[in-house]
Amino acid sequence: MARAAKAPAKKAAPSKTAAKSVPGKASKDELLGYYRQMLLIRRFEERAGQLYGMGLIGGFCHLYIGQEAVAVGMQSVAKKGDEIITAYRDHGHMLAAGMDPKEVMAELTGRAGGSSKGKGGSMHMFSIEAGFFGGHGIVGAQVSLGTGLAFANRYRGNDNVAYVYFGDGAANQGQVYESFNMAELWRLPAVYLIENNQYAMGTSVERSSATVELFHRGASFGIKGEQVDGMDVLAVRAAGLRATEHARAGKGPYILEMKTYRYRGHSMSDPAKYRTKEEVDEVKKTRDPIDHVKGLMAEAGVSEDAIKKIDEEIKAIVLEAVDFAQKSPEPDPSELYTDVYLEA
Amino acid sequence: MTDVMTKPAAQASATSGQTAGMNMIQALNSGLDVMMERDPRVLTFGEDVGYFGGVFRVSDGLQKKYGLTRCFDAPIAEGGLAAAAIGMGVYGLRPVLEIQFADYIYPAYDQLVSEAAKIRYRSGGEFTVPIVVRSPYGGGIFGGQTHSQSPESLFTHIAGLKTVIPSNPYDAKGLLIAAIEDDDPVVIFEPKRIYNGPFDGHHERAVTPWTGHPLAEVPTGHYTVPLGKARIAREGSDCTILAYGTMVWVAIAAAEDTGIDAEVIDLRSLVPVDIETIEASVKKTGRCVIAHEAPRTSGFGAELSALVQERCFYHLEAPIERVTGWDTPYPHAHEWDYFPGPARVGEALKRAMTGGR
Ligand SMILES: Cc1ncc(C[n+]2csc(CCOP(=O)(O)OP(=O)(O)O)c2C)c(N)n1
Ligand SMILES: [Mg+2]
Repeated sequence: MARAAKAPAKKAAPSKTAAKSVPGKASKDELLGYYRQMLLIRRFEERAGQLYGMGLIGGFCHLYIGQEAVAVGMQSVAKKGDEIITAYRDHGHMLAAGMDPKEVMAELTGRAGGSSKGKGGSMHMFSIEAGFFGGHGIVGAQVSLGTGLAFANRYRGNDNVAYVYFGDGAANQGQVYESFNMAELWRLPAVYLIENNQYAMGTSVERSSATVELFHRGASFGIKGEQVDGMDVLAVRAAGLRATEHARAGKGPYILEMKTYRYRGHSMSDPAKYRTKEEVDEVKKTRDPIDHVKGLMAEAGVSEDAIKKIDEEIKAIVLEAVDFAQKSPEPDPSELYTDVYLEA
Repeated sequence: MTDVMTKPAAQASATSGQTAGMNMIQALNSGLDVMMERDPRVLTFGEDVGYFGGVFRVSDGLQKKYGLTRCFDAPIAEGGLAAAAIGMGVYGLRPVLEIQFADYIYPAYDQLVSEAAKIRYRSGGEFTVPIVVRSPYGGGIFGGQTHSQSPESLFTHIAGLKTVIPSNPYDAKGLLIAAIEDDDPVVIFEPKRIYNGPFDGHHERAVTPWTGHPLAEVPTGHYTVPLGKARIAREGSDCTILAYGTMVWVAIAAAEDTGIDAEVIDLRSLVPVDIETIEASVKKTGRCVIAHEAPRTSGFGAELSALVQERCFYHLEAPIERVTGWDTPYPHAHEWDYFPGPARVGEALKRAMTGGR
């Protein structure tokens, strides 16, 4: 913490830690790992949807189904110490970052065993250990918060990178551009990840954005951007690696626009009347990120048995999380008044 | 569209006399419809407002009827949206901006406080900002900290803004029309918990819809509920309860539950506030309970309490009671411990009746 923030530092020490792997190709083990993580997210989310339907989860709940390759692909290039911050569609990011599915599910049900003691709910969870700096309900806020995380990295003189996720809708908030400017001006190690799932609630990108190629959005600040097939975990990984190396090397921020798709409604109460069933089905049929990894595994000669084993394993993990989330007690009512200020 | 600066056609002002059963959403929709029909200067926009018809469907069908230039989607950019509305208003339009949830109004706060509220004053009255900002607010829907807040006192504190909160379909439409016709900026906070029915805080009971409720019988044409006029929601003689929004229904339930004959005053408009009606009631009952969902400290109840004290001190038989949300963020778990339901209002009523002794 000793180092003062000498802005702007145009040069920084080259990275010592960035992993090198061949983009676009993955080993059997890597593929199995991605499959495992993506499946965990999907099955977890499906269960969360069911619990919501049963009334065990209340309020707002936004599922990540369809977008799994983004969080998982990016996690594969992150190292311990890197920060992750996102909006309210956060379950997938937390699971990818290694948070315990039990505490995530228990937060959804508002129980004492939840990651925020039941105080945050679906949209507001945190983990120092996993480097997860939240779930945030206010659209766009996390982009500026994440910029501050990146600043703290530079100030502390470490080589950590802040992964700052936001949606296509959030990309229109003014503070995003205030942040871009600061990040490039101060050469902050931030990777901005625009998860372009083509809709912000009921509004498609075309109806809200003057330009729909969101990776250009940093151009006027001199920030490099790339568009990435966010349904292809290896494409995500490859682009993620480029962006990470750039940021880690002290060259400043980088933007990746992940073209992806959310299968479910915006939240649990969304009838999704703003798009056709055919559109959704088409993506599921032709671009599903998990099917894609399955295909790669088949090509790599992964056995059916190995896949089945993972399926079983994931099923057990999710069931255990559900069980925990139902049995964990409600927080004590006195918890209503704690954590507002530091307790004396 | 002809010249958009044309004033509304005068002949349309006579109401047809017809009414229809409406919930609050339909009533607000009807208010927008009536005003867009009458006055080409009126337009509405916001996040998901156009194509989708609004997340709560308040603008349902309006884009189809009035086209893309008068009912449209906006990017998620509350600061810019509020500022753009102000600009439209300054140059003669009458925009109605929807901020999807009151919890998202903070990015717009700067614009509303620094610009909307002060342009009339700093232009010596030459320019006005005749805009309406509508925003669903309040709790009782398991929304947690970012879908439940009641930020009204942040706005009532600002000279130059008017703040309005309806409690039923009839008032919602009448107040909306009055707000659109008002030449100054009006913020309408809509209690989303009672969009579909008069929820009284008894969350353990089945939800009652507005269907058949006298206040849900809404004129289909043009009418106004004037800003600054309270409504006596329940007549009584023992104690006055000052409330607005959902809390009006909670207050009535508390009176019924306790058997204390409370007079419930539905403020309808916080700024300007109908102090005459409040004063007359408190002088009559000699006791006063104030109820709101927002946290206690610096809540609008503090202002009301001060006003009552200033005007009715020698008539008061007991200290003024406030029943409010706690001074904490709105919780995810234990919502009903936070929400100032009928039991808590009832206890305050009892304290007010005994002077706390
Ligand atoms: C400041 C603010 N404005 C509006 C909202 C309401 N809202 C929640 S999510 C959302 C859409 C965001 O879409 P996008 O950024 O594309 O993310 P996605 O839901 O697709 O993951 C909106 C308008 C909010 N939470 N915060
Ligand atoms: Mg989106």
